[in-house]
This record gives sequence, structure tokens and C-alpha cells, in this order.
Amino acid sequence: MTDFPALRLVPKADGPQSAKDFKTDQEVRWCPGCGDYAILAAVQSFMPELGIRRENTVFVSGIGCSSRFPYYMNTYGMHSIHGRAPAIATGLAASRPDLSVWVVTGDGDALSIGGNHLIHALRRNVNLKILLFNNRIYGLTKGQYSPTSEVGKITKSTPMGSLDAPFNPLSLAIGAEASFVARTIDSDRQHLQSVLRAAAQHEGTALVEIYQNCNIFNDGAFEVLKEPGTRDEALIRLEHGQPVLAGAGHHVVRDPDGELRIAPRSEGTAIVHDAHAASPSTAFALTRLADADTLHHTPVGVLRDVSRPVYDTQLTEQLARAEERQGRGDLAALLAGSSTWTVGG
Amino acid sequence: MTSQVDQSEAVDGSDGDGPAVPARPASGRTAKPIRRLDRVIIRFAGDSGDGMQLTGDRFTSETAAFGNDLSTLPNFPAEIRAPAGTLPGVSSFQLHFADHDILTPGDAPDVLVAMNPAALKANLPDLPAGAEVIVNTDEFTKRALAKVGYAADPLGDGSLEAFRVHPVPLTTLTLEALKDSGLARKDAERAKNMFALGLLSWMYHRPTHGTELFLRQKFAKKPEIAEANVAAFRAGWNFGETTEEFAVSYEVPPAELAPGTYRNISGNLALSYGLVAAGERSGLPVFLGSYPITPASDILHELSKHKNFGVRTFQAEDEIAGIGAALGAAFGGALGVTTTSGPGVALKSETIGLAVSLELPLLVVDIQRGGPSTGLPTKTEQADLLQAMFGRNGEAPVPVVAPATPAECFGAALDAARIALTYRTPVFLLSDGYLANGSEPWKLPEVGELPDLRVEFATEPNGPGGSFRPYQRDPRTLARPWAVPGTPGLEHRIGGIEKQDGTGNISYDPANHDFMVRTRQAKVDNIAVPDVEVDDPSGEARVLVVGWGSTYGPITAAVRRVRADGGHVAQAHLRHLNPFPANLGAVLERYERVIVPEMNLGQLALLLRARYLVDAQSYNQVRGLPFKAAQLADVLHAALGSLDAEETR
Repeated sequence: MTDFPALRLVPKADGPQSAKDFKTDQEVRWCPGCGDYAILAAVQSFMPELGIRRENTVFVSGIGCSSRFPYYMNTYGMHSIHGRAPAIATGLAASRPDLSVWVVTGDGDALSIGGNHLIHALRRNVNLKILLFNNRIYGLTKGQYSPTSEVGKITKSTPMGSLDAPFNPLSLAIGAEASFVARTIDSDRQHLQSVLRAAAQHEGTALVEIYQNCNIFNDGAFEVLKEPGTRDEALIRLEHGQPVLAGAGHHVVRDPDGELRIAPRSEGTAIVHDAHAASPSTAFALTRLADADTLHHTPVGVLRDVSRPVYDTQLTEQLARAEERQGRGDLAALLAGSSTWTVGG
Repeated sequence: MTSQVDQSEAVDGSDGDGPAVPARPASGRTAKPIRRLDRVIIRFAGDSGDGMQLTGDRFTSETAAFGNDLSTLPNFPAEIRAPAGTLPGVSSFQLHFADHDILTPGDAPDVLVAMNPAALKANLPDLPAGAEVIVNTDEFTKRALAKVGYAADPLGDGSLEAFRVHPVPLTTLTLEALKDSGLARKDAERAKNMFALGLLSWMYHRPTHGTELFLRQKFAKKPEIAEANVAAFRAGWNFGETTEEFAVSYEVPPAELAPGTYRNISGNLALSYGLVAAGERSGLPVFLGSYPITPASDILHELSKHKNFGVRTFQAEDEIAGIGAALGAAFGGALGVTTTSGPGVALKSETIGLAVSLELPLLVVDIQRGGPSTGLPTKTEQADLLQAMFGRNGEAPVPVVAPATPAECFGAALDAARIALTYRTPVFLLSDGYLANGSEPWKLPEVGELPDLRVEFATEPNGPGGSFRPYQRDPRTLARPWAVPGTPGLEHRIGGIEKQDGTGNISYDPANHDFMVRTRQAKVDNIAVPDVEVDDPSGEARVLVVGWGSTYGPITAAVRRVRADGGHVAQAHLRHLNPFPANLGAVLERYERVIVPEMNLGQLALLLRARYLVDAQSYNQVRGLPFKAAQLADVLHAALGSLDAEETR
């Protein structure tokens, strides 16, 4: 059984749970064919593995298609406001160490309106698991380009093509001092769950980017990474401690100048993936390997997983230390302070 | 005479109505004559780097320890170190202390301590004739005079003839006193504020032990600095004792306050303690999510010291995250609090709306300052009332509580917590810069007598078939159950989308939305708040003055003056702005004229007119400073006069 050190303060479930325990009676209202269905099913069937009480699990979301997610999880949940889920979840996690707190967000929610909260949650390293559904489009507002859309995207708001350069969410996360950064794909349940497992084990903030298909406004955005005929060549499947291979004939090597490069297997030696490397340099370089147009050489899996002090753990420790040093607060003594005078009756 | 300042007014400018006290000699520690006063107003003024706030704070503490009633008004620029010697860089601290109950920091100083020409020039217009002016002559150099536009030295050109000027070379005397301290000249000079404090402490017979203790604690890590400050402080005292410049000293006997134990407290400190107390009395951990902003940051600083009460403070990345985290903590069962000022409220509006929709307890503390936009960060104003009432999209009613004095901030925090916890709603607590930084004596409450704020979380299903209905309301309060994560069987999802009554499920049903909007409004409208008390001792008043927030002091002082002149005026002061007290409409109806003084352009008046169809008349000031009692007394006199004139017509 997998050990989840990040959940050691969360009460254990009394007995085994099933995916069904995590389903609600609410009708799921995503468009038929949406990638969100696959993610929901994968999460629902993954949660029992954590072995924690369902009532100690909370899903917090912002606004957007993905953010309807909490309504379909039979746990505690909050569908909040646009971009603010990481901030709200931070307050919850920082005040309740006995909870497993998950954030569900999208590329617009997390990277546009909520960009500030995302980067600060990552640097603070609060015990949160952030699932970022990236479909590279605004779905709920009906098809405007998003901060991850490719340059030149023709949408309702950009009829002549979008002008602004997109974010690379994983580069951004590493730049924001994230201690756990991973990527997976909606349709690959096994891989998705392996990444969720690693995220749940991680102590601190975990950012999981999930490539998710919006079949209405951006259909097939990640097709090359999914099609049996192309995916093996397009994907770089990262495994800690394993050589980094790119398709059947290529691998990733490090040039003398330190840059990573895709090279034929006959050339050089493949780098060995080290998710726990103290320096973020190689993980960052991996986030830059994919070809922006074709998505070829897209790394998936856990890019970075390092140990760093966790904000909420330390906050709780400060409270305990304060009480140890000063004793439990005495309200009457606090109010009186050090300088009083008495008026006789 | 009871004041150092001769005034032609019948009423001496005191906001108290105590009788004049005849002079009598006090037992002698000094050969100089001692004159007894019933009240004094002192203003310390200097560069923002001169330590005037510290000097004022120390004089206040000495005065509190002595047992006078007191009221303070710190006034400082937003710049941390504005250009030295300039008018915008002047920082001042005014203190009013008395042997009787007083309400304001005083209209005009009896004594001005001016550390440089800028401080003199900036404060001169506020001085009544006869005021004493102590100036640091060392700073009256040609260059310093020119910097503030003095063509000639005011100390020599006769322009200060109306005042009693005491030229004192404060810097030279301080350096002389510290010549053996081993401190560099620059460091020694910095102690000149303590020399001034020593001199004033002598003049008014203040106890000095507390200040020496304070200095030694403050500079515990730099004992040479501590000793230099103590030495300068003592030198100032001794200077007063020996110099011929000061022929008399003054005694202001302790005030006769209600029996009890007192301390001096500022509004922000009282509010912070109120939040800690609310946590203790509710049994809930306090979670403060906040972003630094003047003049609210001191609450964040203060609460961060009280981790041994289980108080968690979170300095967020922005205002939105501050309230977001507080709301997240509230979802988890904490007493969520966010503290800010007007611009921060603007940023938090959407989350306040979410809290209205989620119906979770949350305290939103707004220490109002001059606006709009960045406005006047360090100056006071009460122009966020309508923002608190209406500054959200949709129908999003939020209760509003407003303390009237610095010490009242304590009880107001508890009251706001009561409303939030009982009715499961965000609550606005509207303080302002004047209350925040001003201070007054506070009679310590008995902890056991503070309100019981304990809440019951939902623990059992409340719906058919063992289901949980998060929006099934308490029929009395209309509050919904607070079911916190970790409670088995009550798992539920809530959000900002309109919810079906009872189940809380997403609902776009028109009738349901209409019902929910009206229900949220009814919940706030039905909040129990005490009736407003009307002070109308003669029962003959035809004019009612209505205020809210920090204008309580000057309004009450003005009312006392008018009554002392034989006028009849009734006073009502609102601590609850939403909902209004149930009797307010009837109270307003009883009077022929309703005057509403506000430090805005008539926000409460607008609400009163809209709600009660009453011809409430505004009197407004937005100068970043509190009203003066004399100014409001004139307004009330004019109202009485116009009623009389109408009658004779």
C-alpha cells in the first residue's frame, strides 16, 4: 500500500472505499465528449486509494468549466470565484491540518485571472494539490483564446489571430519555486492516476497540469499526444531514475553548454531523470523541450518533486512554540497589559 | 482660570462641563509656583523623523498612569521620511487631558512644541491667542526658515506677539547633556525629543518612571542609546526646574472616572483585542488573512503576536487573497477575519459577495481613510459607508457595525463577531484612522462577563433520508447550518452560483432566485441590534443630531456646549448602520430638525432620507481631520436659531 506522508494528520477511513462513494447525485453538466469526464472518473476511482475519511477531503475550485468539478465529488467542496481557489484553499489548509485539500482550476482560472494566487501558493508550499485542467481555450465563456493558447489562435475575440505569447504552465510553476510539478493527459487514466498518487504523497503544494480536450472550442488540441500512431513518438514519459527517452529512436542528451537536446539514440548518452534534484535547472529545461507548434517531445510525468518546508506545518509549529514559550494565552492578562491604574469605588 | 488660554467664549472650549477649579498650591517639590488647571491640550510637532509620535505616546502613557482622562490625535504624513524641514514632512501628536470626562483631542492646542520652523508654520493657524509655544531655536537657521518660506525669523519679527513663546535651544541643550555619553553628535541629537518630553513632563508634573522603563526596554540591545535618552529626558526635566524661562508649572488632577481598573488604549489595539476575545469567547480559532495597508496594518502586527491564543495570521499576496484565505478558514470552522482600508475593500468586494452567497461568518474590518483611490492614507474619513452597504454586484446585504470611540472598538469587534456567527454572514466593522490611532482610557472589562459567542456546528443530517441540506435555515435567525469539513455524513458542496433553497444545489429557477434574494435580505434585516439611545435630558429638544462612528466625540462635546449655553438639543449615535435600530424611524420622527454631521458628503444622511423619508440635513467635512467641537456647536446653534426664526416669522 502506498504511503502518503502528506496525509499523516488526516484521519484514516474506517473501511475500504470505492469510486462510487465519491460520486454525488448531481447530474454532470459538461458537454458530451468533454475531457473533464475522464478526469472526474479517474479522480473518483483514485480517491479510495488515499485511505482517508471522505469527510476530511475538500475540493475547492474557481470559475470555468473545470471548476464545476466539486459538485460531482461527494466530499466537502466549494465552487468559489474566478481565480481565487488557491487563496481560499490556502486559508482552509493553513487552519485545518487534518484535511486533504484539492484545488481544481483551468488555464484561464489559474493562469490569467488567478495567476497571482497560483504563484504565491506555489512559493509558499501550502499542503494543496492543484489540478490545472489545461485545454488552451476559454470554454465557459464560449471560445476566446486563453493564456496557454498558441500565438495566432483564431477565436471569437481574435479573428485575425491572437498576438500574445502563451505561458508554459510548468516553466511558470518551476519559476515560482514549486516543489512538485507534473503533467498528465485526461485520456490516460493509468498515467493520470500515477501522477495523482505522486502528488498526494508530496508534502506541500503540488501542481498537476492535465492536458484536457475541449471538444467544442479547441477539439484535438492534444491529439498528437493521444493517438496510438503518434503518441509514442510525441511523448517523453519521465520516470525518476530512468533515462529520458523520446520515441523509439531518440533520447534527451545534455550538450556541453548545458542545454538539453533531442538526439538520435546513437548520439551521446541519455540524461537520467532526477525528479528530486535540488536544482530546478534540468526540470526547467525539460519543460522547454516540446515543440510549441507540433507538441512533439512533450514530457509527461513528474518533472520535479523536492522536499521543502511546508507553510501550514510551520504555521502550526509556530503556534505550538508560542504556547510553549508564553503559556496558553490569558485573556484578562492580555487586556490589562503592563500599565494600568485603579480608580477606587 | 481653568485653561492656560484665555478665551472670550463663555464656554472655555472644554468638551467637558466640569466646574472651574480654583487655583491652589500643590505640595512643593519645587519653589516655582504651581497653577492648577482642569484640562490642557498639548501638541508636539516636528519633522517626521523627529520622533514626535513616540514623544506623544510617552506623554500619553505618563498621563494615563497619572489618572487623567485623555484623548489623542496623531497626525502624520504618509511618507516615512518626507523631505526634512518641509511643511509636508511635519508630523504631530495632540493630546487633551483633563481632571474630568472629555471626549475629543481638543479643538486648539494650549501648548505647541515646535521642533523646527516647518512645525511652527504648519501648526500656527490652529493656535488661539495666548497659547504657549515652545520652539527649538537651534533649528531656526536661515536655510530652514527659507525652506518653509519665512522671509524673516518669526521669533524676532514680532509676528508671534499673540503667543507666549519660549525659545529653547533644544538641540544644544541635548548635546550638552550628552557630551560625556560617547555618542556621535548625530546620534546624540536624536535624543532631543526626549529632552522636550522631559521638559513637558516637568511642566505638567507627569510621572517619569514609566518613560525611563520604556526607554531601557526599547533600547535593551543598545544600552548606550537607552542611557542617552534617559539622560536627555532627565536633562529636559531639570531644565524646566531651573530655567527662568518657565516660571510656573501646572497641575491637572486625576479625573474622577467610574471605579475600576483602567488602561490607555488605541482603537486598533482595542479592535485587535476584541478579535482575540471573540476567538476566546466563541471557542473558535481566529484566522486573519490580511494585506498590509495604512491605517489597518497595526491589527495584523498585533494579532501576529498572539499565537498562544491559537490566532493564525496570514500575510497574503494581495487584498483578495487575504479575504479569500479568511473565507476558506471560515469554511473550515475558524473565525475568519480580514482587515483593510477603503482601497482594499474595493478589491475584496467580489469575495464579500461570495461570503454573502455562501452564508459563512466573516469579519471585514475597514479602517477608513481619506479617499477616493489612494486618497489620504494616514488621514481619517468616514466615506466608506456606502461602499460597505452597497459596494457589491447583485443584492448582497452585509451588516455594518461602527464603533464610536477608540475603546469602543473592543466591544464592536465582539458585536460584529456575534452577528457574523449567529447569522452566518460577513459583517463590516467600520473604524477609521482617527479611532485607529487615537487613544483614551479604557475600563477593563471582566472577561467572564464578555458575551458568550459559542456556536454549534451542524453534526447531524437534517434532510429526508438522512441527507444534509446546507441551506435549511433556522426559522428564527434564518441562519443556515455551519457544517465543517471533517463532519461525517454532512459532506456538501456550496458555491457562488444561486442555490436551491434547502438543498443548496445549483438552481436557475426564477422563483427560487427571487426567494433566495429576499431571504438573504430578510436575514440581515432581522438581525437583532439594540435600540438607539436618545440623549435628550430636558425633553424639550426640537433638534436632533445624529452621528455614527468617530464623530461621537466632537458631536457630544458640541452638544454639551450648546446645552451649557441653555440650548436644547437631542443626540443619537448609531453603532449599527445595517440594519438600523428598530426604533430609529420613530426617533427621527420626534424631532423637527435632524442634523447629520459626517466626515463624508452625506452618506448616512442619504440612507436616513431614503429609508425614513426624513429631511435629514447634512453637515460635512472631508479634511482628513476630525470635526472640532466648536465648529459643530456653531452648526447646532444655527439650527436652533433657524427654528426660532421660523417661528417668529
